[in-house]
Amino acid sequence: MSYREAVRAAIREAMQRDPRVFLMGEDVGHYGGCYAVSKGLLEEFGPERIRDTPLSESAFTGAGIGAAMGGMRPIVEVMTCNFSLLSLDQIMNNAATIRHMSGGQFNVPLVIRMATGGGRQLAAQHSHSLEGWYAHIPGIRVLAPATIQDARSMLAPALKDPDPVLIFENALLYNATGEVDETVSVDIDSAAVRREGTDVSLITYGGSLWKAMQAAEELASESIAAEVLDLRVLRPLDERAILTSVSKTRRAVIVDEGWRSGSLAAEVITRIVEGAFWDLDGPPARVCSAEVPIPYARHLEEAALPSTDQIVAAVRHLLGK
Amino acid sequence: MTRPKVRLDRSHCLELLRQMARIRRFEEKCAELYTQEKIRGFLHLYIGEEAVAVGAMQALSPDDAVVATYREHGHALVRGVPAKAIMAEMYGKQEGCSRGRGGSMHLFHAGTRFFGGNAIVGGGLPVAIGLALADKMAGRANVTVCFFGEGAAAEGEFHESLNLAALWKLPVLFVCENNLYAMGTALELSESETDIHAKAACYRIASEWVDGMNVVDVEAAARCAVAAIRAGEGPHFLECRTYRFRAHSMFDPQLYRTQAEVDTWIKRDPITRFREWAVAAGEIRQEDFVAIEGEVEKEVAEAVAFAEAGSWEPVEDLLKDVGAERRT
Amino acid sequence: MPSLGADMEAGTLVEWLKRPGDTVRRGDIVAVVETEKGAIEVEIFEDGEVLELLVAEGVKVPVGTPLARIAGGVETPSPDAVPVPTPLPEIGLAPASTAAPPPARPAEVPTPAGTRVSPAARRFAAERGIDLAAIHGSGPGGAVIRADVERTSGQGPEKRHAGIDLSQMRRAIAAAMARSKREIPHYYLSHSFDAVAAKEAVERFNADQPPENRLLLGALLVKATALALRDFPEFNGFFAPDGFLPSKAIHVGVAIAIRGGGLAAPAIHDTDGLPLAELMSRMRDLVARVRRGGFRSSEIADPTVTISSLGDRGVEALLPVIYPPQVAIFGFGSLHDRPWIVDGKIAPRQIMTVTLAGDHRVSDGHRGALLLRRIDQLLQDPQKL
Repeated sequence: MSYREAVRAAIREAMQRDPRVFLMGEDVGHYGGCYAVSKGLLEEFGPERIRDTPLSESAFTGAGIGAAMGGMRPIVEVMTCNFSLLSLDQIMNNAATIRHMSGGQFNVPLVIRMATGGGRQLAAQHSHSLEGWYAHIPGIRVLAPATIQDARSMLAPALKDPDPVLIFENALLYNATGEVDETVSVDIDSAAVRREGTDVSLITYGGSLWKAMQAAEELASESIAAEVLDLRVLRPLDERAILTSVSKTRRAVIVDEGWRSGSLAAEVITRIVEGAFWDLDGPPARVCSAEVPIPYARHLEEAALPSTDQIVAAVRHLLGK
Repeated sequence: MTRPKVRLDRSHCLELLRQMARIRRFEEKCAELYTQEKIRGFLHLYIGEEAVAVGAMQALSPDDAVVATYREHGHALVRGVPAKAIMAEMYGKQEGCSRGRGGSMHLFHAGTRFFGGNAIVGGGLPVAIGLALADKMAGRANVTVCFFGEGAAAEGEFHESLNLAALWKLPVLFVCENNLYAMGTALELSESETDIHAKAACYRIASEWVDGMNVVDVEAAARCAVAAIRAGEGPHFLECRTYRFRAHSMFDPQLYRTQAEVDTWIKRDPITRFREWAVAAGEIRQEDFVAIEGEVEKEVAEAVAFAEAGSWEPVEDLLKDVGAERRT
Repeated sequence: MPSLGADMEAGTLVEWLKRPGDTVRRGDIVAVVETEKGAIEVEIFEDGEVLELLVAEGVKVPVGTPLARIAGGVETPSPDAVPVPTPLPEIGLAPASTAAPPPARPAEVPTPAGTRVSPAARRFAAERGIDLAAIHGSGPGGAVIRADVERTSGQGPEKRHAGIDLSQMRRAIAAAMARSKREIPHYYLSHSFDAVAAKEAVERFNADQPPENRLLLGALLVKATALALRDFPEFNGFFAPDGFLPSKAIHVGVAIAIRGGGLAAPAIHDTDGLPLAELMSRMRDLVARVRRGGFRSSEIADPTVTISSLGDRGVEALLPVIYPPQVAIFGFGSLHDRPWIVDGKIAPRQIMTVTLAGDHRVSDGHRGALLLRRIDQLLQDPQKL
């Protein structure tokens, strides 16, 4: 099953199980979804529950908020996180705050899905990774399913959550294929060790997971046993998993497709310094996007985004090799 | 649109007068308390605009939803949020309707489906259409009324929301309280088309304007619109032309308008006008109004006493209500 | 002065619109106040008669200052004295001024006691050859921080069961000496001189002293060296990563052997300024404490130069190893009777050899030679020491 098919299966299952669930966003219906995630769903569920919206991010995100408060379980699809900047006011000033501002009287059980990430030569305005920004906001939960299993299984607990949940789907993952267990339940609280190791913790999320795994494989051939930790939940961070891993390996390299300064990697490293300082055998390192709007030319874009080579080099450097 | 007549019998006249007087007295008291630093932050008073909230709310039923702005004390009061709870909220006490977490600009009340209290101009419109969407999808006959100022007509969210409401035929009553100034910017300085309700008409929304200083006109128009919405005719837009007698907020020297202009509008005070009319029409007597004033004075005084006696939420609970308690 | 805004702290009363004796009604505008944003009208909230204006026009006062007294109205509560049905204001205000709940303590991985050492502490200890193993940590969770190493290297007996842990000391010496030989390019100079003047001076002094006040020759050697160093700053100080730091003060470290194979070189502070008797007393005290295991870490850390002497059971000359981060060390051999040339004829003399090991990154033989000659000179005139 592909990642895209997994997301589609998750949406279908949710809509079949709960009549309150509906999908709303640009081109989710007649177009079949910008990334073909919702292909076929309009025919199956009809235009009331698979709702094409005009290009009004603010209005349809806010509508999702209102509908959630009014008893529905909407899934708002913002085509990409690049366009989510237009709904940022609704997300931050309403979705994230209504429970708090109302003293706990109202909650917003809304799921917002967004495609994210660069790497397809779409240039500066279409290549952002804003997961770190959103992970800064109290009042929302931020998920980054990096595996096909998580793409299939994280939606259900997200829909059950009484508070807003943002799901970031790295666009380069949609074509990935793999085995999926459609019956298993997962949580949306914890990170997952994808590969065990003893020499360094590669901590990452979303579209960078496969690069970290590839790096771990390469490092293994040099007898460096890298542990790969998939964060899965970017807010709230599973601090215990991070510290457990790093206190074991004593070294950490964070891989984050956001720009380096003020990145989610910076937050993870700070948690490591706060909680595992005495176990460190060297300063934590990070591999992030270069501080440049993502360029169009392929070689430049490749150089700007985190790569497996960069991860391997960072580990070697950390080990003094 | 043919207006159904509003039954202006004695009891209804008293009710309209009482509600407007409540709001007036409450707001005046808030001004006083603010100068004494009991109420902090920003304070936006509704004085002069009472007829809009009072008139519009007459058309609603308890299951309908209300979305308002940061100038919402009057709306909350007439909707039925207890004055004590509102005053305590202004003080920041945990007995306030938002547990002291919201303050003047974020009054919320689940029992009366009062969804705030929104400090972002235009920010409530998308939420309002969402509430309406939920009612429509669930087959409920509720109406969502969304109050906002004419300043919101400049925000993209205004246009997005009107378009979407019309497109999906959502049961929303948009009530634009046009008081001619968006904080300190006059309408003609910010809108190429100053006829707000005409903008709504462009989105194929049934729209009209009324004299917002006339509570009866507002009520009539609102009842008409709500009936149509409930009958499935889609969203309606009501531009209420009104005026705030006081500044945008407390800290505003009003450099942008003349005292002469304010005085002109004060002559059209909705409470005075309605009272004079009702007395002249024989529906009420002057003594009724005096009695109303007395009751209102008492109610506001009790609200203040309640707020004064209220308690502060313990600091240890700071992180409450950011998200639901989780079992982990 | 009313509060009219979230950030208003004060206002200037620009104009009174009412005078004492005027009747006022609720809602009347009574004054105009100038603020940063502009002039704002002040209204009154009760009915009454103006009794007294308390603030004159043109005066700026903080928010909350009474502006006028009104008769007949309700007493306007001032922010300080609010009549409340139940006495809550004190309690009410308190939580606002108590500290917010402590920031969420970050989760910390528990580490076994005694295994936390900060990088700064490690570096400090490594530079001085101090063993970290038994240092008590005062940092978070019992971590050993730099101040602990500075303070507690050289444990007193109260911290241990018995005396000095010699094996730990040996390890520290080994580390320091290895580092010295690894990093410091030593050069050696040697000078033999007639020490009879110094010896006789000591004997004369001791003739009428009780045993506990008697001088040892060593005190003169230390004093002479300290005085000589005043003119040779390149032999007195510390070598740091970014270069040599000369020390204004001269704290001579005196190498003291410890029974069982230990060695320590604690400092005598400001050696060059000490009168001889005082210097002797300090040396005596140091030796006693060293042998007991009771010296302070500042005494270990502070020497700006070291003198080593093996006393009369020693040898002619010693070629000592510099204690990093110092840049010089002196060795005094024992007194020996030697045939010497005096006025062209052979005569027996009491000869002592002083050696200097210098850090060639900082000093050179030419200067070292001059320094040794200086020490010789000073010892020829012991009265001046």
